[in-house]
Amino acid sequence: MKKPVLEVNQLQTHFFTDRGEVPAVDNVSFEIHSGEVLGVVGESGCGKSVTSLSVMGLIPKPPGKIVGGEILFRPQQDEGEKEENLVKVSKKRMRQIRGNQIAMIFQEPMTSLDPLYKIGYQIIEGVRNHRAVSKKEGRQIAIDMLKLVGIPRAEEIVDEYPHQLSGGMRQRVMIAIAMACDPEVLIADEPTTALDVTIQAQILELMKKLNREKGTAIMMITHDLGVVAEMCDRVVVMYAGKVVEQGDVRTILKSPKHPYTQGLIRSLPKMGKRESRLYSIPGNVPKPGSIKNGCRFAARCPAVFDRCYQENPELIEMKEGHACRCFLYDSKEAEVSHV
Amino acid sequence: METVKKQETKQPMQGPEKPQKKVESISPWKEAYWQLRKNKLAIVGLCIVLFFILIAALAPFITTHTVSGMNAADRLTGPSSDYWFGTDYSGRDIFTRIVYGAQISLIVGFFAVTGAMFFGSLLGIVAGYYGRWVDMLISRVFDIMLAFPSILLAIAIVAMLGPSLQNALIAIAIINIPIFGRLVRSKVISIRQEEYILAAKAQGMKSSRILIHHVLPNSTAPIIVQATLGFGVAILEAAALGFLGLGAQAPTPEWGRMLSDSRQYIQSAPWTVLFPGLSIMLVVLGFNMIGDGLRDALDPKMKS
Repeated sequence: MKKPVLEVNQLQTHFFTDRGEVPAVDNVSFEIHSGEVLGVVGESGCGKSVTSLSVMGLIPKPPGKIVGGEILFRPQQDEGEKEENLVKVSKKRMRQIRGNQIAMIFQEPMTSLDPLYKIGYQIIEGVRNHRAVSKKEGRQIAIDMLKLVGIPRAEEIVDEYPHQLSGGMRQRVMIAIAMACDPEVLIADEPTTALDVTIQAQILELMKKLNREKGTAIMMITHDLGVVAEMCDRVVVMYAGKVVEQGDVRTILKSPKHPYTQGLIRSLPKMGKRESRLYSIPGNVPKPGSIKNGCRFAARCPAVFDRCYQENPELIEMKEGHACRCFLYDSKEAEVSHV
Repeated sequence: METVKKQETKQPMQGPEKPQKKVESISPWKEAYWQLRKNKLAIVGLCIVLFFILIAALAPFITTHTVSGMNAADRLTGPSSDYWFGTDYSGRDIFTRIVYGAQISLIVGFFAVTGAMFFGSLLGIVAGYYGRWVDMLISRVFDIMLAFPSILLAIAIVAMLGPSLQNALIAIAIINIPIFGRLVRSKVISIRQEEYILAAKAQGMKSSRILIHHVLPNSTAPIIVQATLGFGVAILEAAALGFLGLGAQAPTPEWGRMLSDSRQYIQSAPWTVLFPGLSIMLVVLGFNMIGDGLRDALDPKMKS
């Protein structure tokens, strides 16, 4: 099997605030293979966005800093299979990778485009930043990209300004900008959260199409399990800066192991089932760094027991490619047969 | 649910598009221009300013006398068909002097504002972009400069450099630097937080490029407004310095100077002070009206 295009090992991103050091991302590891869609799921503030910004090298510092771990990037297009640690590379090299080989789209399409420039210019600007392209070629590329992302009247839209487009159209433009350099990895930070449901479906469809046709690996950050079911091959579930469960999408959705993942899935409304009230996980997300000892989910966990408050659970391999951070599945506990 | 979704995804995308009328691309500048055109006060202001620019440019053709041509026989005569605005204490034609004074005032306003805008923006960008101690240093200097009444600071600078029109211009430029500097600094800080700046970074652009191509152009609206308003203020300050004898020197037909030279005749020959005073007022009013209009057009959020 080919090595993953992006491999994150024991990543630690901390923020140094007035109230001390906050570990927003704590020993997070995952990998993305070429052509794969990886979902990163979790509530607000669980460190999903910080993880993606760490990969892009866009953590604002100060106050943020990557204090440990490595982010290995292996471009697959040139067969050399060079391996680069994005935590260590120079700023200049990072700029070359950013936008060219690893691209990113953001949550707010309404504000992600510079209001003063025409759509075409903004696409060309990204391309010209990495490749020598004449203005004329650039314009053609821009039109082609707009067509690729399904924008009608592409020849006219290139000369329009962002405020003339709707939210869904702007997100398409953002995708066009991100895809213009044909990146190996596309990081999508909640790309559909700000859009209404029908437009969401269109955007997801588009991303899936690009993933299939271009083989771009996608890291999909979301809190929407519906998006995960629709899009992803594998899922990483994060809670309070840690990965609590990961596996392929079927396993995670059909037979989740971690009580948190189980809770998330139980909170979804089910078709054809009448419930007076939707289930919700009791309690609130703990502030990052507020829990020093024990499992971070312990206070909200329905299956909690003493050990959860004292020790930090490790990721336990359940079966090939499925891992869960919970003492329920620790071999030591199995002997006591605890539930 | 699946099928519904599929239909919806296909429908707006594919299928022959109805032939639509070509949508004109509207740049944000164009839109601001339309807004401005609708504002009657701004148009009046624009007309006033254009009028002064026109008479300043056509000065040699519309005047019938020379700037310092004295005619002792016609001292302090009232407005007549020969001397439209009358004559001053040494028999010089006031209309001619007002027209040439317009040249001086507009030039002083232009260069003082340009200088203040250039250095103020530069310092503001540096402070806003680099932050930390650089920001601290620059902002504190601005605070100190703004702590003085501006005309006092200008007087101090002119006193140091020696009274002349050129030094008055330099002084006015200097005292206006912190006004532009603070404006640009705050704008740069807020623009830096915008998502399109993060998006530009995510495209791998150099920060210098982002600064010049994205941060600066998005900060121009308030700079333009302040420059227009500042134009009026600079003319007023130049006149004030001229009045105090610290700006333009004796024979120069500077409006402020004309006022102070004629102030002892205010009762016997009111036209000697009326017309220079009126000119200053009109020009400043014109610039203020344009400035207010521009602010409404460029920054609708500032309207309250």
